[in-house]
Amino acid sequence: MKMNIGYFPGCTLKATALNFEKSALEVAKILGFQLEELSQWHCCGTVPSLSQDDLLKQISPVRNLIYAQSLGYNKIVTLCSMCYNTLAQSNLFVKENKEKLRKINQFMSEMPDYDGGVEVKHFLSFLKEQITLEKIRESVKTSLSGIKIACYYGCLLLRPKIIGIDDSEQPKILEELMQVLGAEPVYFPYKTECCGAYHTVIKPDIVARRVYRILENAKENKAQIVITSCPLCHFNLTKRQEEIKKIYPDFKGIPVVYFTEIMLQALGENFKCV
Amino acid sequence: MRIGVFVCHCGRNIAGIVDVKTVVDEIAKLKDVVFCTDYIYLCSEPGQKTIQEKIKELNLTHIIVAACSPSLHGITFSRAVEAAGVNPYLFEMVNIREQCSWVHSHNPELATKKAISLIKASLAKLRYSQPLTPIKVPLIQKVLVIGGGIAGIRVALDIAQAGFEVCLVEKSPSLGGRMAQLSETFPTLDCSSCILTPLMVEVARHKKIHLFTYAEVKKVEGIIGNFKVTIEKKPRYVIPEKCTGCGDCVDVCPVVVPNEFDQGLGARKAIYVPFPQAVPLVYTIDFENCLNTEKLIICEQCFKICGPKAIDFLMRPEEIQIEVGAIVVATGYELLPLEALKEYGAGEYEDVITSLDFERLISASGPTGGILRRPSDGRIPKSVVFIQCAGSRSPEQGRPYCSKICCMYTAKHALIYKHLVPDGEVYVFYIDIRAAGKRYEEFVQRVMGDGVLYLRGKVSKVFRHNEKMVVLGVDTLSGKTVEVETDLVVLAPAIIPSKGAQELAKMLKIPVDEFGFFSEIHPKLRPVETTSPGIYLAGAAQSPKDISETVAQASAAASKVLSLLSQKEATLEPIVAYVDKEICKGCGLCRRVCPFKAITIVREDKKRYAKVEPAICQGCGCCMAICEENAINVAGFTYQQLSAQVRALLEDKYEVSKKTAEFRKI
Repeated sequence: MKMNIGYFPGCTLKATALNFEKSALEVAKILGFQLEELSQWHCCGTVPSLSQDDLLKQISPVRNLIYAQSLGYNKIVTLCSMCYNTLAQSNLFVKENKEKLRKINQFMSEMPDYDGGVEVKHFLSFLKEQITLEKIRESVKTSLSGIKIACYYGCLLLRPKIIGIDDSEQPKILEELMQVLGAEPVYFPYKTECCGAYHTVIKPDIVARRVYRILENAKENKAQIVITSCPLCHFNLTKRQEEIKKIYPDFKGIPVVYFTEIMLQALGENFKCV
Repeated sequence: MRIGVFVCHCGRNIAGIVDVKTVVDEIAKLKDVVFCTDYIYLCSEPGQKTIQEKIKELNLTHIIVAACSPSLHGITFSRAVEAAGVNPYLFEMVNIREQCSWVHSHNPELATKKAISLIKASLAKLRYSQPLTPIKVPLIQKVLVIGGGIAGIRVALDIAQAGFEVCLVEKSPSLGGRMAQLSETFPTLDCSSCILTPLMVEVARHKKIHLFTYAEVKKVEGIIGNFKVTIEKKPRYVIPEKCTGCGDCVDVCPVVVPNEFDQGLGARKAIYVPFPQAVPLVYTIDFENCLNTEKLIICEQCFKICGPKAIDFLMRPEEIQIEVGAIVVATGYELLPLEALKEYGAGEYEDVITSLDFERLISASGPTGGILRRPSDGRIPKSVVFIQCAGSRSPEQGRPYCSKICCMYTAKHALIYKHLVPDGEVYVFYIDIRAAGKRYEEFVQRVMGDGVLYLRGKVSKVFRHNEKMVVLGVDTLSGKTVEVETDLVVLAPAIIPSKGAQELAKMLKIPVDEFGFFSEIHPKLRPVETTSPGIYLAGAAQSPKDISETVAQASAAASKVLSLLSQKEATLEPIVAYVDKEICKGCGLCRRVCPFKAITIVREDKKRYAKVEPAICQGCGCCMAICEENAINVAGFTYQQLSAQVRALLEDKYEVSKKTAEFRKI
């Protein structure tokens, strides 16, 4: 099977989440398809696009969708949860508001018009729907049996509900994936609790307290490792462990990795993830 | 033609904005207007009297009342006019309150102009009006009640006690409905069964009531006075006439399945009665779970042991036709399924249950014999968290409405829990407490004073931690987040219409609201009638209701039915479509668009034309709008009348081109 899939990386994947991208590209190769980075892309539009009343905020995401469209992709895959959320929301917004789409197209008069024909997929749902869990199970070389994993979703993959890749309250797509790799996903009720998000910039202590609860809950439920798909969550869940130790001296750390890193281990490559 | 026009002040409601004097002056100038006056409250008795006196004094033949909305006082005035000897269909009501003074309150001049214009328009219509006589249809003195809960029971008894025959159809094997599942009722804490089961027995014994349990309405045809109803009796595989209710069969039945009546918390056999006080006390074999199939008899334990030989594995569904004059819908409610409430861990954890589950767990006749035990391990919960508005008052989930009864039953649950486990802790998460009802607020106050902790705020998450459930929420009074560890979580899920309500609505051709509850004609003035004459509503099928309200509405529906049955004939509005045989080409377009199937195409003297059944026609006008030949008209709203009205409206604004007027030749 040879498939070329348009891939939108976003800024974080080229900076702090390099290993996320690297592992995902590798996973794709093993599973027999290629994530082709769009030859042209820019900022996904991130936070501002979450408010829908100001059309200008939709420009950045729509412009990216125009790139994808003119490169001939009718589907693009993202890794970063934020990029997924921004692009998917904008895409839905312009599909449902033809009049607004017309205005946006007018604004970018030198670009070709966007016709709403590009589908935005997160890598996780792409794996489940297109590649199938069965195929992944068959590709496992080193079963992860005995490894207890807490799957952490954060918010951006699941909310708002209209673009969520799974049930916003009780998601299980990561758990299903870990199961086919042979690992044991643990009971983890904090899997959708907020990591503290951007408070990390000016109020790291808020984030530390939140992350402490999340990680402690994972450990209480016997997890040995926490996986996530969101670069911001990953940052908070790893980097803020130092702050946690200052507030809760007894706290012992727990490794947090991207789901693609752990996939890579199971799929047989000697890829250092922890 | 001698027209009288009456302009109402409605106190300051109209006269505060609309210059009624100018209106009267302008209208009085018009042709055929013999008399025009204004009055402060036309709907009052002296107001109506003025109209009647002037009719007699000046020999008026046509009347216009310019006042409020016809849906509020149309009937008031048309009755007054009729009493004075004018045909009520030669009366027009113009709404100069909602359509003039209220919407143009900032522009009195415009409001006044518009009032004049609207009165002129209805005057134009009135010129072409014809006197109409109401249609009479024969009335079968028998009633169908759908649903055997407390609402249906009350309706059936009220009607039967007045001496009319009632057919009561209930889907499940026994009467009783939701109320039978309840332990105690608020605010008096009397035992629900004790007040319900005597009524159930009375229904079964009543000579005028024909009881069809384990049966469903399959088809409804016809109109008020003469509905033809097909009822399907599902096979019980037990012959009701022979079964003595001894229960010998239950002991030998090898199949054990969850009991729906106990919300799946208890068990029953494949041959069962839902609960010991069931009426009729006849056993039913649930063939879904019975080992036997239609072709193969594997187990015949019950058949062998049954003394009166009441078991018949070959029983088939049976269809019965009945004819009734009126129908009452009392199909009750259901709770929102747990799967829809994932934020509360509903469906995920055994110890997150619904209020109805809790009712069964505290009921003396429940699966635990009245000892409260939590589902996961059977331990007596030392603490309980109640979460109200689970799915209700939630616009983002599509259910913005309040489920109304939850505040009260949660208070009741909290109190009963305190009685059962005096040292237990109770928390109630609420948004507001809505305890409007006789002795309701007092009841909640009493519960609050009884050591129950009420926390105003929403719950964000419920999850398990070792043996306990953890509830994360917020207390908006102190502004703090709260975390409560508890043994049991009880949700008050949103109340939704019962299964099959949509299909029933289609069958009866009555509307439902956006949430699927049956709609009444007017929420305030005609709360138990539907838009289909002869079909009435009772209980939670219409909207969430508690027992007292349900019973009150049931009696109201019964009294509506009785006032209908007190006549030999039903009177219908004469505002129905009629066909001009000369013009009609029998194309059948009108038949296709008629939502009430009132039109047929008939052949007579080698000519085809449309024929309207006036008793079925609701005067909606779809046929009139689609007819290319203008051959079909609705009495009281003919093409001629409406065109005249529209042209009069436009007259002030544009010179209606003579060509257009001639083109239509009106």
